[in-house]
Amino acid sequence: MAKKLYNVTVQEKLCKACGICIALCPTKVFGATAEGKANVNNADACTGCLTCEMHCPDFCVEVEARENE
Amino acid sequence: MKEIYKEYFRGNLPHIWCSGCGNGIVMSAWARAMDQLQLDKNQCVGVSGIGCSSRITGYLDINTLHTAHGRALPFATGVKMAKPEMHVFVFSGDGDCAAIGGNHFIHACRRDMDMTLIVFNNHIYGMTGGQFSPLTPFGKKSTTSPYGTVDPDFDLCKLAIGAGASFVARGDIFHAKQLTDLIVEAHNHPGFAVIEVMATCPISYGRHNKIPKPADMVNYLKENTVSKVRADKMTPEEVADKIVVGILHQHEPLEYTKEYAKLVKRLQGGEK
Ligand SMILES: Cc1ncc(C[n+]2csc(CCOP(=O)(O)OP(=O)(O)O)c2C)c(N)n1
Ligand code: SF4
Ligand code: SF4
Ligand code: SF4
Repeated sequence: MAKKLYNVTVQEKLCKACGICIALCPTKVFGATAEGKANVNNADACTGCLTCEMHCPDFCVEVEARENE
Repeated sequence: MKEIYKEYFRGNLPHIWCSGCGNGIVMSAWARAMDQLQLDKNQCVGVSGIGCSSRITGYLDINTLHTAHGRALPFATGVKMAKPEMHVFVFSGDGDCAAIGGNHFIHACRRDMDMTLIVFNNHIYGMTGGQFSPLTPFGKKSTTSPYGTVDPDFDLCKLAIGAGASFVARGDIFHAKQLTDLIVEAHNHPGFAVIEVMATCPISYGRHNKIPKPADMVNYLKENTVSKVRADKMTPEEVADKIVVGILHQHEPLEYTKEYAKLVKRLQGGEK
């Protein structure tokens, strides 16, 4: 069975660059922009654990199962 | 943005909280709990006092009251007495609830009225620049204790149990999923339900106590909390430095508004 994949998005306008999602993601899906905001640079590594979604204090991370491609 | 946030928040974001403030994580857990509970939003009331955490009522898409410092519980008591069918959620800070509002807290526990109180314990007066509160741990620094506090530790949950609250729990923002479940259970409990939530204030507390990074504060909670179930199997020495989370106490309440309704009915029936 193929690995389940997810789309991870960050609403850049709402991100306050706190670094919580970047530090807490167990599979290092996020990197940081020059301003310290989260950016998604390895969505394929996401396991869908939702840690980032539940811990973003500004509600700007969203994780959704990818439709079969 | 996620559908549950659109459903339970008013959409006036970004909120005023600082980057990495733990308050947003509690607000998110509340929205997830609401999604599980599927209550009629028109029948829900959120009541808060004054403080950073109390600003939450400005963002929730239910009926809300943002009241006076330390007085969220008296207002909530009034709401529940007038409209016992309403689902009442009270939001308060550690200063709001344990310092200026301490007396109201004791009496709300004693009356045991059916409502849910969520206390954001970030160990500090965040809004006014970081003075220590009754829930600042011993020895910690703040703007009013630059060399560390000399006040002994104070346990709000023990006070709640002693004062008679029929549901007392502690949660934390690292265990966000468990926090959601606690909010659901607290709401479903038919008496006064207290949840002390270990939250974080990186700006007014973290920076003074060598833990300025929001993620480090969240990870501190990961490493220093133990569940009630596990704590019960540990020795007192092993538990001493840990934060025990989970449902700490629960008993069948003699709910205030129901008892009051019975009294009214009895007197209307002409009985003495
Ligand atoms: C009667 C009264 N006294 C003092 C204040 C000033 N004041 C505003 S918020 C606050 C403390 C807030 O601390 P806490 O309840 O812990 O909430 P936080 O800001 O940390 O979320 C104080 C002392 C006030 N607004 N009203
Ligand atoms: S859901 Fe889990 S694995 Fe995926 S990005 Fe978020 S924290 Fe990382
Ligand atoms: S947790 Fe949220 S606010 Fe913080 S860096 Fe990640 S996306 Fe931005
Ligand atoms: S001062 Fe502290 S509690 Fe207040 S918004 Fe900033 S981080 Fe949060």
